[in-house]
Amino acid sequence: MTAAPRARAEAGNGGERGILALSGITRRFGDFTAVDNVSFEVGPGELLALVGASGSGKTTTLRIAAGYEVPDAGTVTLGGKDITRVPPERRGFGMVFQHYALFPHMPVEENVAFGLEARGVNKVDRLIKARAALASVGLEGAGERAIQSLSGGEQQRVALARALVIEPQALLLDEPLSNLDPTLRQSTRDDLRAMLRRVGVPALFVTHDQEDAFAIADRIALLKRGKLLQSGTPEELYHAPVSREVAAFIGRGSIVAAKDNGASAAVTIGGVKRDLNVTRPKGASTQFENAFVVMRPDALEISRGPGVFAWRGRVINRRFAGGVIVYRVELADGVTVEVESNSGEAHEDDVVSVSPLKGPFPLVPG
Amino acid sequence: MTSAQRRQNWLLATPVIALLLWTVIYPNAAVIAGSFENGLGHWREFIASPADREALRTSIVISVASVFASLAIGVPLAFLLGRFEFPGRRLLRAVATLPAALPPLVGVIAFLFLYGESGVVTRAIQRSFGMAEAPWRLQGVGAIVFVHAYTMYVYVFLFVSAGLERFDATLDEAASGLGASTWQRLRRVTLPLLMPAVAGSMLLVFMNALGSFSAPYVFGGGLRVLSTQILASKTNGAMGLAYVETTVLALSAVAGLALFRWLDRKRKYTLSSKGGRVRKTIRSRRIQILTSIFAAIVVIALVLPHLMVVLVSFARDGSWTTQVLPPEYTLENYRRLFSESELWRPITNSVSMALIATAGNLIVCFIAAYLIVFRRFAGRRLLELLVALPWAIPATAIALGLAATFNRNDLLTGRVLLVGTFWILPLAYFIRDTPLVSSAVESSLRQMDASLEDAARGLGASWLLTMRRVILPAARPGLVAGGLLAAVTAVGEFVASVVLYTHSNRPISMEILAQLRALAFGTAAAYSVLLIFLVLLMTLAARSFEERLA
Repeated sequence: MTAAPRARAEAGNGGERGILALSGITRRFGDFTAVDNVSFEVGPGELLALVGASGSGKTTTLRIAAGYEVPDAGTVTLGGKDITRVPPERRGFGMVFQHYALFPHMPVEENVAFGLEARGVNKVDRLIKARAALASVGLEGAGERAIQSLSGGEQQRVALARALVIEPQALLLDEPLSNLDPTLRQSTRDDLRAMLRRVGVPALFVTHDQEDAFAIADRIALLKRGKLLQSGTPEELYHAPVSREVAAFIGRGSIVAAKDNGASAAVTIGGVKRDLNVTRPKGASTQFENAFVVMRPDALEISRGPGVFAWRGRVINRRFAGGVIVYRVELADGVTVEVESNSGEAHEDDVVSVSPLKGPFPLVPG
Repeated sequence: MTSAQRRQNWLLATPVIALLLWTVIYPNAAVIAGSFENGLGHWREFIASPADREALRTSIVISVASVFASLAIGVPLAFLLGRFEFPGRRLLRAVATLPAALPPLVGVIAFLFLYGESGVVTRAIQRSFGMAEAPWRLQGVGAIVFVHAYTMYVYVFLFVSAGLERFDATLDEAASGLGASTWQRLRRVTLPLLMPAVAGSMLLVFMNALGSFSAPYVFGGGLRVLSTQILASKTNGAMGLAYVETTVLALSAVAGLALFRWLDRKRKYTLSSKGGRVRKTIRSRRIQILTSIFAAIVVIALVLPHLMVVLVSFARDGSWTTQVLPPEYTLENYRRLFSESELWRPITNSVSMALIATAGNLIVCFIAAYLIVFRRFAGRRLLELLVALPWAIPATAIALGLAATFNRNDLLTGRVLLVGTFWILPLAYFIRDTPLVSSAVESSLRQMDASLEDAARGLGASWLLTMRRVILPAARPGLVAGGLLAAVTAVGEFVASVVLYTHSNRPISMEILAQLRALAFGTAAAYSVLLIFLVLLMTLAARSFEERLA
């Protein structure tokens, strides 16, 4: 086949590894801007999660990285080389599709070997490599099986083996965990992270589930309506969100108006004012005109007594969540917060006191 | 979509669209233009002609009557077989679709042998009741609708059966739980939900009956319908009038299509369920016996035409005159078919023309279906329309369009002389079967996960490798089924052939008609049996091919 030598030539032979960088990527469909000036980099061995709700442009971004879409503006580079217009068949990337896209008419082995077939590898060599790849995902001996006979988790691993066997320059995964049941999901996360670290190429994966992103990713890029809201480590996004939107998407918690006093911020609910120790986003100004604090459930405490300087409120929902109880408490001024507690003594409709712990609390501009 | 893909879309779409514009749109446009060649003259001629007015009216009457006759047989049969268990059910189910396996002209001949004035059933009744004359004449509207009902009820039966199979049994149970009687359930739940299937099959019957040629041609007597009128005008050299008649026939078909679309416009729901209904076993002994007797009669009625053709194929030509059954039997008819080159010729003609047309269909329709299902480009809607259009145009109209267009070499107007050559018939078959093959391949491809193509490309596969290893295997069931249907239709094709054939490329159907005219019933029947045999052979070949690959 004609493309096989080209595939090798442009993709290299897996030896040199470079940074996958998207810069200034914009993609419009008619009047709709699916991706709006998005830039980020993924280094070798690094896992970046593209996180966002549906319609946020994360899948379009992934398809641009893979070469299935050409951006209207911006460039995609790998190891400094512009590959924006290189078609997917000549990029040498490994991609795992959301529903795995396994070829239903080929047995497992042939699926895994297909990328080698496209590269003109002879039949014996590609079988040997395919079997090795299957073994590396824990599916030794499954080569003859029909795709239809595999479970969801097995299909996911075949898809991964198929992407890995071509010694890809980068790995792209579209919602790799979304089709797995919750119990399998947990263990697959760990396996997947270990596997991706071992391969040592830039890995980009798309997910709508922040827990998946937290569990696997080194860094997270959060997208909303085509725009990149923030990128950073999971801790950065959780503890130092740059905006209300990020704070609302990442983690649980209530976003409450506050008065920014520089080192601290004051929150007044029902006439009770509390000064909170705050962190601000990296590089943000020292004082916001309109400020909000993010109150995570684990940064508040609840008690049944009246409490000194506590916010008073009514429990409207009580939920047991493993080791802790999560209360939703309606405070004054239309503020509702969630509070985690080890004690389960409060019940629905009880009047309780809520006070902030030491913090620091993330502060975001409004 | 990358610019390389966009270029490829046009590289693939342009020849296909150009070919279809040239062979489908252009001839029909030529017919319409031809009808106005002397202003409104030909149209005035048409309107003034009592024969043409009668033909239009009769065509529509026959089509509507065929629809209702098919419903009357198809719907109860589908309910009986779909909802009840009784002795003989499997046999009845097995033969229920048999009429569809008869090539159009063969079905007509079988009816002639059975129910014609000198037919077996007619004579038997005449003899046993000592009548001086035949109890009926197989002629006119009644005869045509009778044959149509026999061959076309299969559409209704298949559509309604499929609808019943997908019918959610819990809906029925819910209705009876709410206190609805059997009749109320049928009227308010079952039938409304089956309406889309019923409407779809009604449209199919209507279009088929409107374009039907063989039954009116053989049983019409003095009766005129549009399709036969077109051929008559063409034979008389009144091409202008033939163009008007063709335009009117095509417009009637399009009007019928639009009417059904409009009637079916409110459909917002789809039947989607696991079905899983169990058939009710008929409890009452008496009703069970009655049902089985009924089933036996239906089975005989359905199989009789096939048996009759086989029987007559062994009758010595010219020996069957006034007897109930042919008196002398011989293998001579078959021996002559295989040994006399003039008689063998139509068989090789039909087979080779059908294979050529089918090969063309497979290539063109595969590309078209691939583009329609997987690619987004400006001409996609046009392409979709072009591959579906021949379905809405009666075969006689298609044939006349070809006759009007490809009758001389004139490169400036894109005309090539094909009329009178071998190639005109394969072209006509190709056009007639394009919608069939396209929709079969499309439905196969629609079942394929679109990301498979992306996955193959991502793994480094060239477009050709992706086609060969991913797209083609996904399209294969549709290609095999569509190709088989196309080949089967083409090998027995009659309606377009009768307009366009020449002596040297005459297909089997034309030879059957010629033998019938010469009163060589045995030879005509032997050809018919051979045709059925060819259809069977193709079906088996397609099935074994599919099994070997799957």
